[in-house]
Amino acid sequence: MKGLIFDIKRYAVHDGPGIRTTLFLKGCPLSCWWCHNPEGIRKEPEEVVTVHRMEGREYPVRETVGRWMSVEEVMEEVNKERTFMEESGGGVTLSGGEPLRQAAFLEDLLLACKREGYHTAVDTTGHVSREALRKVMHLTDLFLYDVKMMDPARHQRYTGVSNRMILENLAFLAAAGKELFIRIPVIPGINDDEENIRGTIRFLRGLDGAVKEVDLLPYHALAAHKYEKFGMEYRMAGVPEPAEEEMERLKGRFVREGFEVKVGG
Amino acid sequence: MSCLVKLKDMTPRIERLREESLNAVNRISAERALLVTEFYRSGRARGRSVPVQRALAFDHLLRHKVLWLGEGELIVGERGPAPKATPTYPEITLHSLKDLEILDTRPKVSFRVDDEVRRIYRDEIIPFWKGNTNRDRIMAAMDRPWLEAYRAGVFTEFQEQRAPGHTVLGDKIYRMGLLDLQREIRRHIRALDFYNDPEAYDKREELTAMHLAAGAMMRFAARYATLLHERAKEEKDARRCAELQEMEAVCRRVPARAPRTFHEALQYYWFVHLGVVSELNPWDSFNPGRLDQHLLPFYRKGLEEGTLTEERARELLQAFWVKFNNHPSPPKIGVTAQESNTYTDFALINLGGVTPEGDDAVNELTYLILDVIEEMRILQPSSMIQVSRKNPDRFILRALDIIKTGFGQPSVFNTDAIIAELVRQGKNIVDARRGGASGCVESGAFGTEAYILTGYFNLNKVLEITLYNGVDPRTGRKIGLTTGDPRTFRSFGELMQAYHRQLDYFLDIKIRGNNIIERINAQYLPAPFLSLFIDDCIANGRDYNAGGARYNTSYIQGVGLGSITDNLTSLRYHVFDRKDVTMDRMLKAMEQNFEGHEELRHRLVYMTPKFGNDDDYADRHAREVFEIFFARVDGRPTSRGGTFRINLLPTTSHVYFGSVIGAMPDGRKAGEPLSEGISPV
Repeated sequence: MKGLIFDIKRYAVHDGPGIRTTLFLKGCPLSCWWCHNPEGIRKEPEEVVTVHRMEGREYPVRETVGRWMSVEEVMEEVNKERTFMEESGGGVTLSGGEPLRQAAFLEDLLLACKREGYHTAVDTTGHVSREALRKVMHLTDLFLYDVKMMDPARHQRYTGVSNRMILENLAFLAAAGKELFIRIPVIPGINDDEENIRGTIRFLRGLDGAVKEVDLLPYHALAAHKYEKFGMEYRMAGVPEPAEEEMERLKGRFVREGFEVKVGG
Repeated sequence: MSCLVKLKDMTPRIERLREESLNAVNRISAERALLVTEFYRSGRARGRSVPVQRALAFDHLLRHKVLWLGEGELIVGERGPAPKATPTYPEITLHSLKDLEILDTRPKVSFRVDDEVRRIYRDEIIPFWKGNTNRDRIMAAMDRPWLEAYRAGVFTEFQEQRAPGHTVLGDKIYRMGLLDLQREIRRHIRALDFYNDPEAYDKREELTAMHLAAGAMMRFAARYATLLHERAKEEKDARRCAELQEMEAVCRRVPARAPRTFHEALQYYWFVHLGVVSELNPWDSFNPGRLDQHLLPFYRKGLEEGTLTEERARELLQAFWVKFNNHPSPPKIGVTAQESNTYTDFALINLGGVTPEGDDAVNELTYLILDVIEEMRILQPSSMIQVSRKNPDRFILRALDIIKTGFGQPSVFNTDAIIAELVRQGKNIVDARRGGASGCVESGAFGTEAYILTGYFNLNKVLEITLYNGVDPRTGRKIGLTTGDPRTFRSFGELMQAYHRQLDYFLDIKIRGNNIIERINAQYLPAPFLSLFIDDCIANGRDYNAGGARYNTSYIQGVGLGSITDNLTSLRYHVFDRKDVTMDRMLKAMEQNFEGHEELRHRLVYMTPKFGNDDDYADRHAREVFEIFFARVDGRPTSRGGTFRINLLPTTSHVYFGSVIGAMPDGRKAGEPLSEGISPV
């Protein structure tokens, strides 16, 4: 069986504990306005043109984003990082796109990771079938779970889907006793208002201590150039990056509610 | 962490000494040249054996050189008449007036030359030494293939401008004074067997020279003791007066007798250091090696007895540190300047590692010295940490704090790998454990090994010559073998075979030359003072430059691993595997420096596998070239009874080596630097 992978990141230190190897699976049911991996949204390999500049001339070069790989091929790359993952208390993170979109492949990958003795983390939107979740949750040591906004209509507007399944799945994982890191992207003017923050905190409080850590991820505009490159519409013009003080203030809110918080993850 | 130097742990006096060292101007001093010329002109060398001549010259130098005593100094002695006043060594290599002009005016690594120095050179030094230097001797002895390869930039030769050397002190001086060494020498002389040992006479001359050199150094220390005595008499400040008297006592004790205190140990080392770098200009200066090991007993004893405090030890170490910074590398010219274009003289102090028994060697002094490195933050001495499996994380984390500040020290070495390599070379495990890395990155058994660098080797130039069927395209001269027009090669294997043959050919030339140069140095440039301190020179009655040490190694340093890998990969990939470029087209594009071939150049640079990207297609060529280089050199005998080895380091010669090579298949343009170290481009 093969899966569609669009990136393998070595020495990842923001995708869970320790030094990790992060595998990015292509294809996502959401299309968030602020996505900084838009090349991971479409579920097929796509061709893109990169322009090399040399001595005043331009050379357009075609590249394909997204490669079909077998579990063996993936593990060959992952195992190169073994020493760093093991020595640092790290492991493998499955991300993307939405890794659970390729649930069968993901299950095989996680099995292979477990056989090698690696700690596994799955970074998911949560907008997946309960069945897919059940398939992989017993092979997953840690879930990195995105909570973008509480209001279903606003969620629909900015991500393309409702948050109902997302919140239900989150409650399910919490009740099943799975370890959770909640990832909240902080987008000024879009989800950093009082109502959303209060609502998020209330919901997380209701998960009965399953939340091990809250990662507040400040929005950054670094991925803007990718949109043009991949022929996608960039809808974030004019949205500023959150100020350091705002991040600290938000962090304080969650800390006061008893959460372990990291800015940046 | 703040970028500012943490001056709070420096006494005002150290701050001042450090400031003075930083501000001192690098300049040429003609003092040594004058004294050495004076000696040889006096006729006192006539009729004496060469080792004895050298010892007498050394004695003359130490008797008459100006003694520098800086305000507030704790460790005394300068190589020249003042900090950064840098001596020359005309008996080894003679600077012309034009060379002096270049040194004075070049934008990087310049040395001020005043009119007096120019006059002395013009009227005294040049007339006496022209045509009579060791360099002249070496160049006259080299055959045409060597000279052509040398001029083409296939390799460099360190020893055309500097004495061999490059070694590190073990623990000898902490146990034995020079009087003890002289006693040992006399014992060996008495034991010489003039009936059966054909070398008895040579040994006697060498041992006599060593004895003389030891005496010369003791006299030098006595001169300082007298100077300090005089200075103390004039000193108004009571504290400084007491200090000067203490320093006088130190100079009366060492180096004649073994040191008893921390201060004496440091001063003794410094006298030895001065001796080694005054006698000759050995590559990589001199080096106390495992300082945290050697000084530890003195440190602990001092604290216990109440004669030393941690603060005082810190201050002494800081004063010691400044001394190294006052000694820029003796000015090079021409080729040797380009291959090592820096003021640093590479005294690489080692910290950490393992004990002779193989245990963790990190101790409280290790951390104190790390503090000193961080506080002083000066160019010299260089420093490194030896990291073994046995060492604590705390040690590594502390060093990382300093590395993070970004000033380039300490570097990090793998003790276990160094020991494994030394043992592979046949060294005793205890000698190996006492060793480490010095200079830039050379591994050696400290105190027992003469591991001499013989020059850099231009792996990429040889490929260029291969591609031109033995011709150096820069000059049109045929200096290599005829291995075939590469346009006729039908496989990459054929190309590699041709390259292999050319590489072997030039390596043989280098080795042949080395073996001659070694004999020249053994006969004409002994180092009797240095030989006192490296075992087993006294026991063998043989000079450091003549194979007297327990282990004798000669290194050839390979340069441009990243570039050669990229070049071979490009040829294989485009010409032989994908066949999207013919060899003819490639060579034409190279000849034209890619002008008119920009699209091809883009392909070569961007659309080709490269070294250092975890891509076996490219990386295997690195291994292949290394294996050829290693196989042709490693283990071959040298003419002083040692072994040839290789290492891979350029210092700055990748710049010079690139300047003699035209455009190459990896897309590099004509004259540009090659890859440095063992890094990718």
